[in-house]
This record gives sequence, structure tokens and C-alpha cells, in this order.
Amino acid sequence: MKQMMTGNEAIARGAYEAGLVFASAYPGTPSTEILENLSNYKDELYCEWAPNEKVALESAIGASVAGVRSLAAMKHVGVNVAADPLFTFAYTGVTGGCVLVSADDPGMHSSQNEQDNRNYATAARVLMLEPSDSSEAKDFTKLAFRLSEEFDTPVMLRVTTRICHSKSIAELEKREETPPIAYERNIAKYVATPANGMKLRRSLVDRLKAMEAYSNRAEINKAEYNGNRVGVICAGAAYQYAKDVFGADASYLKLGMTYPMPMDLIKEFASKVETLYVIEEMDPYMENQIKAAGIHCIGKEIIPEFDELNPDRIRHAVFGTKSKTVKSEKQAVVRPPTLCAGCPHRGFFYALSKKKNVMITGDIGCYTLGSAPPLSAMDTTFCMGGSISAGHGAAKAFRQTGRDTKVVAVIGDSTFFHSGITSLMDVVYNKGNCVTVILDNRTTGMTGHQENPGTGRTLMGEPALEVDIPLLCKAIGIKNENIYAVNPLDLKETNKALNEAMQKEEPTVIVASWPCAIKKFSEGDKARFDLLKRKCIIDQEKCKRCKACVRTGCPAILSGERILIQPEACTGCSICLQVCPFSAISFVE
Amino acid sequence: MSDVKNILLVGVGGQGTILASKILSEGLMDAGYDVKMSEIHGMSQRGGNVSTQIRFGSKVFSPIIGKGEADIIVAFEKMEALRWIEYLNPEGKIVINDAEIPSAPVQMGIASYPEGIIEELSEKVITYVFKASEVAESLGNPKSMNLVLLGALVKAMGLPQIGWEDIIKRNIKPAFQEINIQAFRAGQSQVS
Repeated sequence: MKQMMTGNEAIARGAYEAGLVFASAYPGTPSTEILENLSNYKDELYCEWAPNEKVALESAIGASVAGVRSLAAMKHVGVNVAADPLFTFAYTGVTGGCVLVSADDPGMHSSQNEQDNRNYATAARVLMLEPSDSSEAKDFTKLAFRLSEEFDTPVMLRVTTRICHSKSIAELEKREETPPIAYERNIAKYVATPANGMKLRRSLVDRLKAMEAYSNRAEINKAEYNGNRVGVICAGAAYQYAKDVFGADASYLKLGMTYPMPMDLIKEFASKVETLYVIEEMDPYMENQIKAAGIHCIGKEIIPEFDELNPDRIRHAVFGTKSKTVKSEKQAVVRPPTLCAGCPHRGFFYALSKKKNVMITGDIGCYTLGSAPPLSAMDTTFCMGGSISAGHGAAKAFRQTGRDTKVVAVIGDSTFFHSGITSLMDVVYNKGNCVTVILDNRTTGMTGHQENPGTGRTLMGEPALEVDIPLLCKAIGIKNENIYAVNPLDLKETNKALNEAMQKEEPTVIVASWPCAIKKFSEGDKARFDLLKRKCIIDQEKCKRCKACVRTGCPAILSGERILIQPEACTGCSICLQVCPFSAISFVE
Repeated sequence: MSDVKNILLVGVGGQGTILASKILSEGLMDAGYDVKMSEIHGMSQRGGNVSTQIRFGSKVFSPIIGKGEADIIVAFEKMEALRWIEYLNPEGKIVINDAEIPSAPVQMGIASYPEGIIEELSEKVITYVFKASEVAESLGNPKSMNLVLLGALVKAMGLPQIGWEDIIKRNIKPAFQEINIQAFRAGQSQVS
């Protein structure tokens, strides 16, 4: 049966058809829907959200060693977190086939950088496949499991946003059950002591030679000859763009396997065409290897090295032509994402934005939007879990150099579980004094409400134990009197906690809990929080148009000649009501 | 010469562009076309803009297009029409929902919503403008605005009479099927 599916659906389907038994991931755009789709097959396989990508990959490694096909999926920056096990896993190889999906984000649609993870394949020496549409995403996923077992290596399936989130037609096939491989202890293979590691390192050289030989004969590395004038080497989404730009008269070498590169095939192709282009997104990954082999080609001299490609950009780079367009004199006003109406983070950031002489270290999640005007209450954001450690270092630096600037680290619940806990341990152990704020919105918000160790549910929909965040902080060593549990929609309470915490010399934690305004509330949420639906309204007689409410940045508030609250958008969170100096705002039930 | 046609749907998170494009691409696939669709929706739930590109023909390669390549744009909101107009082929058409959703800087009063968008665009390209939200509301379900615009698109593109109504039924819960089919028909009648 044919079906329109996204690349992420196709990867999930491919893994299912390949007899996958175990999958794990941490959510991250554009990879999130792979595991969400896999959970649709939960009667026949097992899948879970891990607290971070390292845990996800390590669990998939364990499942492979135990003799089943396994998969870990993550966004490009997640592979940084998982890189530690990855490099050694390349040495040990697998028992059951194991696939690591790396979903890169050229153009940074939803990421803090646009690193090119093809470089991980060469650095870690793992076989890499790059599909160019959904049909290939499904087929290559199945192939990846076979190659993983044949060459005794983890396989990286490298995709990009346009593969993950584009739909094209794919053919559904049946699941092949793969019986588990009998378990036997194999110390020489799986215990990576230096002595074993060096033997494995040598054997990796031989395995890589076998992989390269395969790459040269692989069906997915395919030349399409249409004349000898122009040849184009490409892979992934860039292949589709190149086909549109160079058309039917050019020859193509379309690579589905890009590590190890099929150098013999490339030499043969290069010898048959007069002008050779390498069209690839982001880094000159293929180009550098081709040029290192002494083959002349045109690549990043003309093709942009950053931001997402599209046919138009390539056409302009290669032929200097631009399509005719319709131009307007007018300018559309930007439409930046904002904290939603009713977002519990708004109250907290509003209170924090009023504090003076404070450095605020932020983290990755919806709350990074607290950095946007009008709240602008954030100084740094680097990576998942980085807020507390960066805050700790900054606080130490201020103190060591005799400055009294206070540091507040802001992190979400899921990000705290991801990699904030060890940082908090560091603050306690090394007698730091930054204020850690855990914005606990009871979900993984930005990626679309995935379950996490604090939500009480698993990916497969089963009830789970919830992490008790204050108790966890206590166990690490935060004193009872230094832990504040607050409702971030109560400005008075939040302010009081912030003021007290910022006065203390010891490390403090503020746990600001309220469910995300746009999530589906769980039974637990309904029991614990007062989630009554109500609205706020402005009494136009009392309103002096001071715009204090507008400065909360709530998207439900319209500022014009009159200040209005749009009832269809308002959730009654009451932040505007609390900041109004003229008591002009009230509830309507 | 490629026979590929390019459609661009643009709007604001929550306007139903994704469902409209799903129905559209399924219909085109059923009609035997090769179809590709790409959407950017990373932060749409947080008030950002959304764009969906649909390409169809006998063989489609790239799922995305560049500036000047859209044969038709359907703007679910006026300012989004302005934002994306450079993607329209000067010979192309644009369907605009005459509705205004201010973005955050406009709401806060630090930028003003551009005036005269429809007047300007109507002078430059073939433009179909109507209040899709009001059409949907008059039928009793304001949310079916996306189907009104889908109907207008199908008519404006002169797409073959694919079994659209069956595909709508396949994608919408029984209770809302009839009203959405009415919305789809009402949208078609907006384009003459």
C-alpha cells in the first residue's frame, strides 16, 4: 500500500518492518516524531523516552548486545551528548543491528546551531547512510539494520529537517520478525579495557575496508549518466535540489552511503564528466574527501556553506540566475514565537525581570523565550543543562573577583532531568551559591508535550513513578530551608522566594510548578492544581492605558487606542490582573 | 520541461494549514500525481508563522521551492501574504483570507500592522480576496475556514475534479464532515 508519509514516519515504519525490538530517544526537533510514531507499534516492539541522548544510545547499545535490533534517535546536538558511548561502540561493534538516527537542522529552524553531523561518521568511524526522501528513509532504515549486522558496526542514519518533515510517497511492507540472537558473554568484544580496545581498534581498520568495498558496489550509491558535460555528486535532500537545478542533461552520482565514501566509484564518475560539481548542504564534507583524493571539483567556492539550501539558492550560485519575483514596498512585521497566553513561565520571568544586579543563565526549552522583549530576562543560553553549571561558574567568578552580582540559573523540568542534576550537585559540592530555578511545567513543552520522568506517564502510555524534584534536591544536599516551592502565576509568592533566595549565601532552589497552558492536563495535574477555566477582562472606565499589562508580553492582550484582552485567547492566568496598578482588570467566570 | 506545479500555504499557528495541506496532498496522490509536501512548524504553537509547500506533477524532486517559484499562494492571513509574496511567480495567483492577526510587536504597540496590503497585491498579481473566516462562521463553524480556503485553492488552480469530498471525509471526524464539505463548496464558489 502506498502512503504519503514524513521522513520521520518512514524511519519509524522502516524500523518496525525491520523487526526492531527496542528504541529510545530524547525528544528534539526535527527528530521527535520518530519515537512518537514507533509507539504506534507498541504491541510488537518496545520504545521509551530516555532522560537524555546519552542514556538513549547506551540503552540501545545494551539491547544490541543482548541480541536484538535497536535504535536511538536524536537531534544533531543530541549526538554531542551521546558521543561518548558512540566512539567506543564503533570499536566493539554490535550483536543485534543498531541504528543511530541523527536529525540535523540546516537553517536552524528550531536549534541553537547548525552543526553538520556527517563529521561524526568520520570522527567516530561509523557507517553512514543518507536518505533523500521518505521512500528512501524507510528503505535505508531497513538496510541500516542489515549493514549493522553484516559489518559489525553501529550505523548512523543521517537526516535533515527537510527529510524529517517533508512528506512523499512510500510503499508499506510487512514486518519481518527477527528472532533474538542467543546471548553469550564476550569480554574481548564488549569490555573496552585498553588491551581489548586496541585489538578492537585494529579490527575496526579491517571492518572499515570491508565497508568501503561495499560502498563502491552498493546499489544505493548510483551513477545516472546523461552525457559527459556536467556531473554532479550529491546526497540527501541536496540530491533532490540538484535534480531540479541541473535537469535531465547532467549526470549524477547519487550517494546513499556517505561513510565510508565510495572513492573508486567517485574517481570513475569524475573521469567521465568534464565539469564536476559537489552539491551539499553545510560543510564541505564530501568535497574535502574528494579533493583530498586529488579529484578536481567545484563545491563550496560557489555553494553557500551555511543556511539551508533550496533549488533557487543553488541555481543562483551555479548559473547566476534568479527567478523573477513579485516585490512589495511594504514590510511584514516579524512574527516571533512568544510565550503563550497563560504560560506559567511568564509570571516567573516577569518577577525576575524586575531584579537588579543579576545575571540570568538560561537553558533550552520554551522558557528560552523569556529572553525576548518585553521580558528580556535572560543573559545566556548554550546547551541542554548548561544553565546551572554556567551559573555556578559565573557566581564563583563574581565572588572570586569581589563583585556582588547575583546569579540565577533557569532550567525546565525535562532539561533538569536531562543534564541539570549533575550541575546542581556541583553547586552543592563546591559550595557555590547560584539560585537554581526549576520551571516545572509538568511536560516537555517546546517539542510538543512528550512525557518525561516527572510526568507520571511513559511513551507507551503506561503510568510511571514521578520524580519528586524537591526531594531529589534535598538528596543532593540542598537544605530544606533553601528549597522554595512556588506557583509562578502568583507574583507575590514568586517575588518573595526570589528575594529570599537571592539573599542567601548557600545554594538555593526554587521549584516553580504549574502545568503548561496548552498541554492536555493529566489526572495528576487536575488533582494538584486549581485549573479552573476563567477569563480576565479590562474595565475600560478604570484603565489609564499605562500598559503595565502589555509589558507582560501576553499575546492575549491587544494594545491600541484601547487596551483589550481577547477572550478567546485568555486563560485567566491573572498575571495582567496582578500587575495592573489601577485594579482595572478582574475575572469573569 | 517540467510539469511540476508549486503551491504554498502560509498562515499563523492554529489556523489549520496543516490539515488543509494533508487533504490536498492526499487528493493529488490519489489522482496519480507524484507529490511532495514540506512544512515548517517548529514554533507555530507559540504564535509563529507556518508555511507548507506542496509540489505535484509526473515526477517531483525537491520538496521545497525558492523565491518566484510558487504557482499559487494561499495566505490564511493578510500580513503572511505580504511576507511570502516574493515566493510567487509573477504569472501566479494568490488567494488571500481578508483577516488580520497582529503579531507580538504589533500587539505591544511597537510596530504597526502594514496597511493597504490587498490593494497593493491586487495591482501586481491575480488575486482572490474574501473573508474566509466569515464564510466559515456563516456556515456555523469558524474553524472550517481552512476548508473554505482549500475550496478556493482547488478552484483557482483548476485542479481536476478529484474525489475531494471523499478525501475530506477520510480526514475529518464524522460529526464535522458535513460542515467541512459545505465550507469546501463555499470556498469554491468564492472563485469565479
